[in-house]
Amino acid sequence: MIALSLLFPDKDPKPIKIHLPPHANILAQDLGLDVLLKAMALGDDFLYQVAQHTLMSLQTDISTIIFRQDVLQDCINNPGIIKELYQISMKFLEQKRKGWLWISHTHASPSFILSDGRRLLDVSLALLWELREISQKNINNFTSQGLKRFFSTILRELSHEYLNEFKYHIKKLSFPQGVLVSAQLGKGNEGINYTLLKPREESRGWFKHILFSKTPTYTYKLHPRDEAGARILSELRNQGLTRAANIVAQAAEYLDNFFNTLRWELGFYIGCLNLYEQLKKIDACISFPRPLPKDEFTFSCKGLYDISLALIKNKRVIGNNISPHNSSLIIITGPNQGGKTTFLRSVGLAHLMMQSGMFVPAVSFCSNLVTGVFTHFKQQEDRDMEMGKFKEELQRMSTIVDQISQNGLILFNESFASTNEREGSEVSIQIIRALLQKKIKVFYVTHMYELAHYFYKTRDYNPLFLRAQRLPNGERTYRLIQGEPLRTSYGIDIFRKIFKRKLLNDLVCN
Amino acid sequence: MLSGMESFNENKGSNKSTLGYNYISILYCANNGELKSITPPDFLQDLNIDQVMDVILKDKGEYNLEPVFWNTLQDRNCIYYRQEIFKDLENTYIMEHIKNFVHDMKLIRDYLEMVKHLDIDYNKKGWILEAILIYTSSILSLTKNLSTAIPKSRGLSNVLRYLIYYTQSPKFLSLKTEAEILKKELSQIKYCIIFEGGRFKVKPYEGEEDYTEELKKIFEKFRHVETKDYHKLVEKHIGMNHISGKILEFVAKLHPQTFARLDEFYINYKDFMDQNIQRFDRELQFYLGYLDYISNIKDKGLSFCYPRLTTKDKEIFVRGGFDLALAYAHSNDQVPIVLNDFSLKGPERMIIVTGPNQGGKTTFARMFGQLHYLASLGCPVPGREALLFLFDNIFTHFEKREEISNLRGKLEDDIYRIYNMLSSATPKSIFLLNEIFSSTTVQDAIFLSKEIIHRIINLDALGVFVTFLDELASISDKTISMVALIDPEDPTSRTFKIVRQAPNGLAYALSLARKHGLTYEQIMERIP
Repeated sequence: MIALSLLFPDKDPKPIKIHLPPHANILAQDLGLDVLLKAMALGDDFLYQVAQHTLMSLQTDISTIIFRQDVLQDCINNPGIIKELYQISMKFLEQKRKGWLWISHTHASPSFILSDGRRLLDVSLALLWELREISQKNINNFTSQGLKRFFSTILRELSHEYLNEFKYHIKKLSFPQGVLVSAQLGKGNEGINYTLLKPREESRGWFKHILFSKTPTYTYKLHPRDEAGARILSELRNQGLTRAANIVAQAAEYLDNFFNTLRWELGFYIGCLNLYEQLKKIDACISFPRPLPKDEFTFSCKGLYDISLALIKNKRVIGNNISPHNSSLIIITGPNQGGKTTFLRSVGLAHLMMQSGMFVPAVSFCSNLVTGVFTHFKQQEDRDMEMGKFKEELQRMSTIVDQISQNGLILFNESFASTNEREGSEVSIQIIRALLQKKIKVFYVTHMYELAHYFYKTRDYNPLFLRAQRLPNGERTYRLIQGEPLRTSYGIDIFRKIFKRKLLNDLVCN
Repeated sequence: MLSGMESFNENKGSNKSTLGYNYISILYCANNGELKSITPPDFLQDLNIDQVMDVILKDKGEYNLEPVFWNTLQDRNCIYYRQEIFKDLENTYIMEHIKNFVHDMKLIRDYLEMVKHLDIDYNKKGWILEAILIYTSSILSLTKNLSTAIPKSRGLSNVLRYLIYYTQSPKFLSLKTEAEILKKELSQIKYCIIFEGGRFKVKPYEGEEDYTEELKKIFEKFRHVETKDYHKLVEKHIGMNHISGKILEFVAKLHPQTFARLDEFYINYKDFMDQNIQRFDRELQFYLGYLDYISNIKDKGLSFCYPRLTTKDKEIFVRGGFDLALAYAHSNDQVPIVLNDFSLKGPERMIIVTGPNQGGKTTFARMFGQLHYLASLGCPVPGREALLFLFDNIFTHFEKREEISNLRGKLEDDIYRIYNMLSSATPKSIFLLNEIFSSTTVQDAIFLSKEIIHRIINLDALGVFVTFLDELASISDKTISMVALIDPEDPTSRTFKIVRQAPNGLAYALSLARKHGLTYEQIMERIP
């Protein structure tokens, strides 16, 4: 009926809750997504869920992404009005909770469903009026296609006439004049097939008919102080209204759905606004990324930083600059703790953010769209001792192969290093070559010289080589620079730093 | 009445009425249905049988089936008695009707449980009537369908004979007829209620018109495609309060004869459940649970078989065996399941398994134990063909490589545990020792392992010894060496085999990758 999509350019309403992909947990854990989601949610479980689902369901249609970017820009320009709209959906929820409305259908009697349904429609009516007023006042402040359509749909569909008619029917449904129903005995001799029969005003004859006919009739009159009995009786009266209740319940569920969709869609933009305000405080830059079609392999960024790291440290963090490159293989080598994992995370998060229509944590960011983001990170510890570490890595890889499709993106972090270097490299090379052949974009952080050197030597797929920068004095800049793979990693530096003293046989190590 | 007296009378009554069908059991062939063990045996966890039981017994708490799993059978005849029943139940026709019966019995129990919480007399009696209607029609249909199918097992044939006897008994026949007549009368009653402020009236229905149809049109506009149909939901049982009880009382006054008949019916038949039927229902749960469990695995193309059992010689074998719990865990994915064979001839008693860490050695040892355990329950076992030994006990020691703070203390514990096992083991016992002593020095491990292996084979017990020590592979003519291996010649093979051969120390990375479908060619095939 009324479609108010703020997430998709086409009008067809989409189901608001999509399923998370099977690898969602691993992806979130590897990318540190939780920090980002918490920043968007600010303690609100619902906002967390919205952010999670929206970020996890990558959009691969450029027009959808631009549509959302425009709406988000509108939201950033008019945060107050967006929050006011969001409050309306919150009020609905609040009323629903406060009135104990609509808690459980399965065990509710028809009388409860009817009265709850009526009350929910009543609550809705007031909020629909409110929604209409806000729309009328603010429609001209917005420029995005999404929000302009949103307001005009409300003004058109929720007209004065419509809302008044709505009100009239709610009143009529309280059946103030008594109810006549027929019933039969079902299982357990409980009444079934309650059918509402024509009430007094519709056919006046029946009341007199009863009074003067010889039909056997039994009457039960409640004691005036039997309040419980009176309540039950009024409920029973409504029990005759099962089918009527069904009709009202469906109408009420529709409105419930309407406000929930509103809350979900606005919830995404509220999450973005929350994040925006936090980043503004620490003066971290953001920009709307430039998405390119799936097959135009490109990667470039300026000042791309790990947003989760920035949020944790609550300050600006170092970003990376990568000049435009059109390879689908990027190999990253270099010393430990030189910012390689951080870079991988920032790439993964930037894609999730870009493809949900958000801004990205960078001065500029441009990449082709991907059909899915996958991570294959070195696990902290062997979670199941029954399984060899290497086998466990292969299994995770095999699961990824089952899930990934053409034009996916995969981030490897020191994968397949749990066997010896020669074997690990050979396995990795075969995997990488096959993935590239399937148009999958590969970022690979590795210590395995043989692996990096293979692609450097053969120049297959014209890979881009990045290296964690290490100054001659051993200091790290946490930046990646373009550069060929080197034979040594620098684990010894970390050892020194941790032990804070020189090794006895320093010479041997150098 | 005294409860002791009551149960005495009940027993006497059932003896008389069943004419020799005192005790029908499909779990125990002899009259020794009693169970020895009231606690789970120690090896269940190491064999991952606890995982299997968790799945099988989920939602079966009311049947109290755990003891059936805790008590392995020691008598071949009893094992074959159960195997026959399993085979009958693999007949889809029999299975379908057994499942219907079990479902109905559950529903009946649910009704009877609910009745306990109802306050209104005619409400209770109405639900008892419903339970009886399900009971009689379910038992009749089971009898009819079992007769058509002609079960081959001794167990189900006994049940069928009893069912035929029972359904022809006068008591059952009158129960059925009276229930049906009564239900028909009750469901033909139609009445009207008129609700007014502070009172209501009940009268017979006199052809008044439906109003809901008119109302429907008003809210047509709100209709939404995906909304639930509350009409169905709200028709569920909700119980009755004193007002609806009053209405029912008035309806009863409008139809006095029908309700008098309901009173009489209740007095005559309120304890309608037959004890043998109830036992049959409970015992079936064991079979259904297990078959249900393995059907997921069968769907993946894996075979189960009925093992023969040997009691004297120890020439055992299995073809195409696998780990039940592992196969279940992967029943819905693409992960291939390791199939393995083993066979012991002549004096051979113990399998020494060596090979790479990821080779499925633990799984093999576990499978060896599972096969024997499941066979002793009378269940079909994972494999194409099997001849297994009827053991008296299984002793397991599976190394748990957790953080060890006190190495010496742990070693001492391990040796003490194995000492205890050896003290209580007999030539009919089975040992499964998995990577024990892996946390001590190699010299110590070799020394200790040899000592223990020799003691087990001197006892003439059966066993599997999993180790990373190649030196142990050929220390006696009573041991055989099996190696976790893959066949590098055959790239399509994606399963590890544990094969009988001398240990070798090859590296396996690429073969492992192939096994996981991760070579260049394989990935090219796999990604669409």
